[in-house]
Amino acid sequence: MRLILIILLPFIGSLIAAFLPSDARNREAWLAGAIALMTALLVASLYPHIAGDTGIVRVVIPWIPALGLEFSLRMDGFAWLFALMVSGIGGLVVIYARYYLSPADPAPRFFSFFLAFMGSMLGIVLSGNLIQIALFWEMTSLVSFMLIAYWHHRADARRGARMALIVTGSGGLALFGGMLLLGYMAGGYDLDKVLAAGERIKNDPWYPAALGLIAFGALTKSAQFPFHFWLPHAMAAPTPVSAYLHSATMVKAGVFLLARLWPVLSGTDAWFWIIGGAGLCSLTIGAYLAVFQQDMKGVLAYSTISHLGLITLLLGMNSPLALVAAVFHINNHATFKASLFMATGIVDHETGTRDLQRLSGLHHAMPITATLAMVAAAAMAGVPLLNGFLSKEMFFAETVFLDRPGWQQVILPLAATVAGLFSVAYSLRFIHQVFFGPPAHDLPHTPHDPNRWMLLPSGLLVLVCLVVGIFPELTVGYYLRLATNAILGPEAPVYSLAIWHGVNLPLLMSLAALSGGVVLYRLVLWRTADTVPLLEHFDGKRAFDWLQTALAAGADRAMQWLASPRLQTQLLVVFLVVLAGGLWPVWMAGGVWSDRATTPLHPAFGLLWLIGGACALAAAGQAKHHRFAALICAGGAGLATSLSFVWLSAPDLALTQFAVEVVTAVLLLLGLRWLPSRIGPKAGQPRTLNIRLRRWRDALVAVACGLGLAGLAYAILTRPAVDGLAPFFLEQALPKGGGLNVVNVILVDFRGFDTFGEIAVLAIVALTVFALLRRFRPAPESVPLPRQQREQNAAEGVDEHRLPNLAAKLPAGPMMLPAALVRLLLPLAMLVSLFFLLRGHNAPGGGFVGGLVLATAIILQYLVGGTLWVESRLRLHPIYWMAFGLLAAALAGVGAWLAGRPFLSALAWHGEIPLLGELHLSSVLLFDLGVYMLVVGATVLILVAIAHQSLHSHHHKAPAKKRGG
Amino acid sequence: MEIVFALAIGVMIGSGVWLLLRPRTFQVIMGLSLLSYAVNLFIFGMGRLRVGAAPIIDPLQGSQPTLYADPAPQALVLTAIVIGFATTALFLVVLLAARGLSGTDHVDGREPDQT
Repeated sequence: MRLILIILLPFIGSLIAAFLPSDARNREAWLAGAIALMTALLVASLYPHIAGDTGIVRVVIPWIPALGLEFSLRMDGFAWLFALMVSGIGGLVVIYARYYLSPADPAPRFFSFFLAFMGSMLGIVLSGNLIQIALFWEMTSLVSFMLIAYWHHRADARRGARMALIVTGSGGLALFGGMLLLGYMAGGYDLDKVLAAGERIKNDPWYPAALGLIAFGALTKSAQFPFHFWLPHAMAAPTPVSAYLHSATMVKAGVFLLARLWPVLSGTDAWFWIIGGAGLCSLTIGAYLAVFQQDMKGVLAYSTISHLGLITLLLGMNSPLALVAAVFHINNHATFKASLFMATGIVDHETGTRDLQRLSGLHHAMPITATLAMVAAAAMAGVPLLNGFLSKEMFFAETVFLDRPGWQQVILPLAATVAGLFSVAYSLRFIHQVFFGPPAHDLPHTPHDPNRWMLLPSGLLVLVCLVVGIFPELTVGYYLRLATNAILGPEAPVYSLAIWHGVNLPLLMSLAALSGGVVLYRLVLWRTADTVPLLEHFDGKRAFDWLQTALAAGADRAMQWLASPRLQTQLLVVFLVVLAGGLWPVWMAGGVWSDRATTPLHPAFGLLWLIGGACALAAAGQAKHHRFAALICAGGAGLATSLSFVWLSAPDLALTQFAVEVVTAVLLLLGLRWLPSRIGPKAGQPRTLNIRLRRWRDALVAVACGLGLAGLAYAILTRPAVDGLAPFFLEQALPKGGGLNVVNVILVDFRGFDTFGEIAVLAIVALTVFALLRRFRPAPESVPLPRQQREQNAAEGVDEHRLPNLAAKLPAGPMMLPAALVRLLLPLAMLVSLFFLLRGHNAPGGGFVGGLVLATAIILQYLVGGTLWVESRLRLHPIYWMAFGLLAAALAGVGAWLAGRPFLSALAWHGEIPLLGELHLSSVLLFDLGVYMLVVGATVLILVAIAHQSLHSHHHKAPAKKRGG
Repeated sequence: MEIVFALAIGVMIGSGVWLLLRPRTFQVIMGLSLLSYAVNLFIFGMGRLRVGAAPIIDPLQGSQPTLYADPAPQALVLTAIVIGFATTALFLVVLLAARGLSGTDHVDGREPDQT
């Protein structure tokens, strides 16, 4: 339970922090501090369990048991130590950040992401499942992006954050792949299972791939060579972020994982070369580059790369003692580096600059800061009596006693000493240039020691450096052993943490590094240049930028090759692929036709389709230049379709198709007005060869598609029907659905849920149309009235801006007579539509048809009477119709719950009512009523919305007037 | 009957595909209409063609499945017809808006460079 709280608390805190007011710095800090403290205390309180017999605390929450997925937390000695470090240093950074952030910085964002980061980091440390580790790993990448880009108004912050995200994010992706492989090899993703399967995994043929992927993930996260370049750019983050992410957490996640999987993956040559090699390169290159940085944070960034290189190298050495040294150094580095980052932040905060060239002699003005920084820097340089010295001595010893052949035994100690030497030099430079020498006078602010609360976190960390450095065995010896035993198990080596091991080679190496570093600084670096000697052109960032540009350009080129922005080309490809996909099985199998007896052909049916086919072809030919004719012709094809439905025993379809034909025709006619007038091809301009070829090609594709589908249809029609769903629906319609019209019973009862979805789609489309038209702006040349209307108005002497006489009983002019007729028609149409609705269950009809009939009658009023005239008399609220329709349908569905039946089950009541006689009431009628109302509402809404555009065109025309709706 | 039915589908598919490959939005909307007629007929045809056997149970004859046409494709097509209207409306409005924004009725939203 406590384990779950450790993970949950930071995330809960993060949520709360996000919603506090933006100026509540104190409340934010109290909240974040309390969360960090509570987490640290919870971790500490688990100590008895960790130190107990089993040494491991586990919590497993089943998630999807059928798939073996569970949320699993696991804490052993190593995770315990790490969690303590993460939460403890987190708490200190919170105190520091409270005083670092200026009142202008939005505190909720900082503390919210900070806590989320802490939670993700604890998630990595405490996860007992590989996939879960990868998940939290990605979370740290994402949240660190937000933290590095905290000052997102600065370009360098955005760029640095993006680079960090791309590098660590791609590493996370690789890690995920590696984890999957690892789990595959181990036979499960549970960490215990994986840790126990070390030997099997190392002998698995997939081992190199898994190692490569996991190493890529860990090395990118820990900013190791050759992926180290993101870390210096991430220094654009606020200093508290750097102090946390780049000392104790983010970059430590990589080495944590390497140490966590050490029993599984280490011990091979591949491990030695990949991990050890990357570590060695980072160690030396980082230390070398750190010497030449001009920015205090730059020095710390490269020194972090170097120190993490040291840890990585130790992990790569395949020796248990080296692992002990690595774990020890992870903690030591966290303490002194966090404290140095804090000191840097204080200097920046108090003086306004971090430039080593400008800063000088600050120890007069800020004696406490100077003292703290000096001690921490000494620990970083590996001066005796400080914790950095101890782990560095262990490192030197390991390089000396490493059991490798020949030259490797020489090069490692040598490289280690040289790196140590550089590390002394940059530590010295860091301190000497900032705090010593003549006091600088041209600083942006006058420096002085900050608020003691800002110094407290740094002071505590320095105290740890000192105490651990002087009494290692008494302070951390036991906990370190706990952590390393958790990784190494029974084969853990015996060692002693002592300051004095006698005069031996490692000590001599330390002395050489110390004195050499001082000499180097004195001799060579007293006056530093702006550039880095030797490695100036060696720049990971440039390679990264080049790679990014090349990738983008390559993707562009691939898009040009593989895709077309032109719709026609895309559609052509679609049709060709479909055609090929359809022809392929025919080609392979052959034998398409079958010999089911065909229905004898009635000549009238042939004639019907002679006309229908001609209409379709004519529509295709005329659609470009004679839209109205094309519309009529397409309607002809639709009519032929409807008549076919009549002929071929589908009365419901025929009715629906007829009704839809009408509303579609009205719809398209309304739309025609807004399309550009198109003139036929100019006589003087013959079609170019290119165009002619294209038309032939398209015609060929069209004919092939047509023939293909005709063939397919014929092939199916000449095969015997399979006994599909038909018998069930036909036999059960009456007994189970209580209706004779099987199609309607299917729609409103058997497959009512589908229909419910369909009417919802209809409603959504209608609302979308309505919404799109609210912001509709026609093309300028479509704004004036169409020519026909203008000429008609001119002939009748009507002013086109004059509003119609709304009080008149009938519209004036030639529309008077039709208007009278359609007004008579309306009640009749209502009656017919209700008739269709009510009888739908037993005879052709139903909600769809009924709704369309009523909608058509209403639209007729608009067409004949004019929009304004109709709306002055009849206020329809189509949206209400739609809403009530959906509600009625839903009610019919939910009503079944009252009877304890599933959603949309039909409920029927059959009985005798005086006067009316026998009556059958069913909830499907309510459902069908819902369909009816929705269809009316949606259809009217769509058509009226388009019709209203003509009214708006008055507003479009006169920009002086306020534009309406 | 079957051959005419199949050819009708073929002609409408061919006309529809031809129109879909044309450059003007109105041609595409017409093409979609023709395609949807053809596709509806095709789906309807999956229940095989029957004359005079509407799937409306005659209580006198009983519900013997062989007496009636297959109702399942009909139910599918019925909603498809209505949804077809809705998508036509949506497409019409989108093309009108595109025309208003881009000033052209070309499917790519701009006139081709060479014609």
